[in-house]
Amino acid sequence: MRPPRITSPWMKTVQAAILAVAVCFSLGATDASSRLNDMSHRLMCQCGCAQLLGECGHVGCPSREPELAELKAAIADGKSDQQIKDIFVAKYGAVVLAAPTTQGFDLVAWIAPFAVFGAAMLGTILLVRRWTVGRTQAAVGPDPASMDPGELARREKIRRETDAGNDGGF
Amino acid sequence: MAAFGSFALLIALALAGYNLLAGILALRLIATGQQARISPERLADTARRAGIASFIAVTAAAFALIWSVFTNDFSITYIMEHSNRALPGPYKFSALWSGQEGSLLLWAWLLAAYGFVLRLTHKTDVKLYAYAGTILAGIQVFFLLILNIAAPPFAIMRGAIPDDGNGLNPLLQYPEMVIHPPMLYLGYVGFSVPFCFALGALMMRYPGEKWIRVTRIWTMVTWLFLTCGIFLGMHWAYAVLGWGGYWGWDPVENASFMPWLTGTAFLHSVMMQEKKGMMKSWNVWLIFSTFLLTLLGTLLTRAGLVSSVHAFAQSSIGTWFVVFMGIVLAVCIFTYVLQRSHLKSEHHLESLVSRESSFLFNNLVLLTACFVILWGTLFPILSEYVVGNKVTMGAPWYNAVAIPIGIFLLFLTGVGPLLPWRATSFKSIRRNFVLPVIAFWATVIVCLATGVRPWKDGALNQGNFYALVAFSVSAAVMTAILSEFLRGAGVIARQTGRNLFASTWLLTRRNTRRYGGYIIHIGVVIVVVGLAGSAFNRSEERELALHDKLPIGPYTLECVGFTQDSNLNFNSEYALLDVYKDGKKQFQMTPEKRVYLASEQPQTMVAIHSVPSWDLYVVYEGTNPDTGQPIIKAFLNPLVGWIWAGLVILVWGTLIALVPNLSPATASVRVPARTAPTQPSLKGGSL
Repeated sequence: MRPPRITSPWMKTVQAAILAVAVCFSLGATDASSRLNDMSHRLMCQCGCAQLLGECGHVGCPSREPELAELKAAIADGKSDQQIKDIFVAKYGAVVLAAPTTQGFDLVAWIAPFAVFGAAMLGTILLVRRWTVGRTQAAVGPDPASMDPGELARREKIRRETDAGNDGGF
Repeated sequence: MAAFGSFALLIALALAGYNLLAGILALRLIATGQQARISPERLADTARRAGIASFIAVTAAAFALIWSVFTNDFSITYIMEHSNRALPGPYKFSALWSGQEGSLLLWAWLLAAYGFVLRLTHKTDVKLYAYAGTILAGIQVFFLLILNIAAPPFAIMRGAIPDDGNGLNPLLQYPEMVIHPPMLYLGYVGFSVPFCFALGALMMRYPGEKWIRVTRIWTMVTWLFLTCGIFLGMHWAYAVLGWGGYWGWDPVENASFMPWLTGTAFLHSVMMQEKKGMMKSWNVWLIFSTFLLTLLGTLLTRAGLVSSVHAFAQSSIGTWFVVFMGIVLAVCIFTYVLQRSHLKSEHHLESLVSRESSFLFNNLVLLTACFVILWGTLFPILSEYVVGNKVTMGAPWYNAVAIPIGIFLLFLTGVGPLLPWRATSFKSIRRNFVLPVIAFWATVIVCLATGVRPWKDGALNQGNFYALVAFSVSAAVMTAILSEFLRGAGVIARQTGRNLFASTWLLTRRNTRRYGGYIIHIGVVIVVVGLAGSAFNRSEERELALHDKLPIGPYTLECVGFTQDSNLNFNSEYALLDVYKDGKKQFQMTPEKRVYLASEQPQTMVAIHSVPSWDLYVVYEGTNPDTGQPIIKAFLNPLVGWIWAGLVILVWGTLIALVPNLSPATASVRVPARTAPTQPSLKGGSL
């Protein structure tokens, strides 16, 4: 049995867009990566400038060149990223890492923002749903048919004035 | 002059203290209806006048300090530490905010200036302004106490008076430093005013939403100053620090950004209160939080709790700020608990997909962003306290956590205005969202086709991925905003026969607040595009001998000379670099390195050539001590100019939003026959 043909122009547009994106992704030409550049942006300069090692540009920095030399040496020795980080942490302490690790208490640094965001979103959605349901139940009350025509006209006028598509604005 | 300045500060403290005490007494007498020897209205007016006089006294103190800088009065410790004879005139002004005591004096002066305007315009609503003025006097007392006791700017040198001073921090000797700090402080200090109105309105159970309208204007002006201050700071960091970037997530930068986020949230949610009588408690706490965040930011950076490149202002006044923040928080909580029945919402949300909910989610995201930045700023302290291990929260952490939230916020910027109030239908959503969705996918395809690859060697390239998403969402948001303009302008064009441009202008002038807001959003989109460009920054560093070349992007830099110069303030050496493109000489750049004589500190002066597509940014890093060759570092930073262009549009939009509508909307309101007319009086209300 033949699958049903997709005739909706919307579906065709979506399919074309997905196909185009897939083609572009698959082209995927990769640049030659520079580990030195990558790693120097994961470590901090220790001169007190509070900048990434790869970006410290202050004149006469006493730490940048020695640190970069150590990094180049470690890369030349074929050390992995984690081994390089361990070497730097052992020498300079955890402050040399530009971001906390994902182990132990450091993990809290990564989780807390998303946890707070997720909890706040969930709480808000639940609250809005509660309000919406409450309103729907409350709205069941008076039967429009039994209402005064003047009251109905007034309600309709308010509805028109406050619900005119995008007329609300700021 | 030192004695004059000190005396002026003492007088200012006395006047602000009188304003506070007499104001509280007068408002208490009015609220309780008690009789006193002096009429409470007259007492309140004397308090107001004392507040006005305190501005004059603080101005006199600020004048005394500036006078001392210009007359090289090195008998004053502050002047000796922050100025020298050869310092150029404009930078002598900068000395006012280059250190702890001076910057606190600037803070107190701006606070007094805001108070001056507030107290002069009291006839707008005498009672509300009396409350706000009294609360503001309380804040003034705090800062004046610090200036008189903990950080006196007119302290006299002990021992022999030196012939010359230590000079101004070289980082501050840049034109923007003459306007960036005052602008930032105008924003920072300005949030005191909305705070005072909000707290005052809550204390007196202010009827209606008029206080919101008054507060909104103050908040917008303050927000505008803070925005300009933050961007000027970014530009200063870009042009002076020589690392090719403009935002380093430094604690001081974060401290200025947090109140900006809550202030932005307030400017959005306040519309819900005005239009629907909703989110009253939320709005009050947003303003309270914004003010508290300005204090927290000051505490963090001045008490030495976190390390910062702005370490010039560190001292031991942290305890003062902790105590003051505790008092402010206690007063806020007490007042809120006492008066919370006044803040009941008149309506609730009717649908999860409506403009009201978009405002709610917008607020949620802004506050989450604020939390993320606060968390990132405080986590090193927390980590040290909990596990004894201090960590760094650098750009990689902020980029991983804050950028997704920022992009979601940008998405809401586009979605919100497309949703109608109350509730919406699927048909309405489809009609409004077709064009933005097309713009989104078209941009994704164009970006991918032009080489913006979110994958690299089979792994996610975070920078490129975020840039791709940012460009695409920006295109969608821009389409959404422009379609809103075109829809309205089209109606006017049909009705009046004007062309589309004139119709758009008329549309904007008829509803400045709405369309000014949209223009601000356009500015934000352009800023985001500029920020996303940083994913494609390139840099090259090389020792350059004479006629050596350094290729970067489409440019080739050729060294044609090195030279030196000197004046009374600094010695400098700089490179002369001819810049070629397609084999033709385009222009010359002169990156410079200075050594300031008074402080003996070196400083780079970056050479920047900016075009819409990118900045060519060249740093003279000095000479290699081994080879004696100059080292040049060149950056090609795409789209940086868009950030500054976005700011200009953002400022323009804010100014439009502040202007009254061309044709005010009319509404018929049924007024009960026996309602007494509103009088500019202090009578009534409660505390």
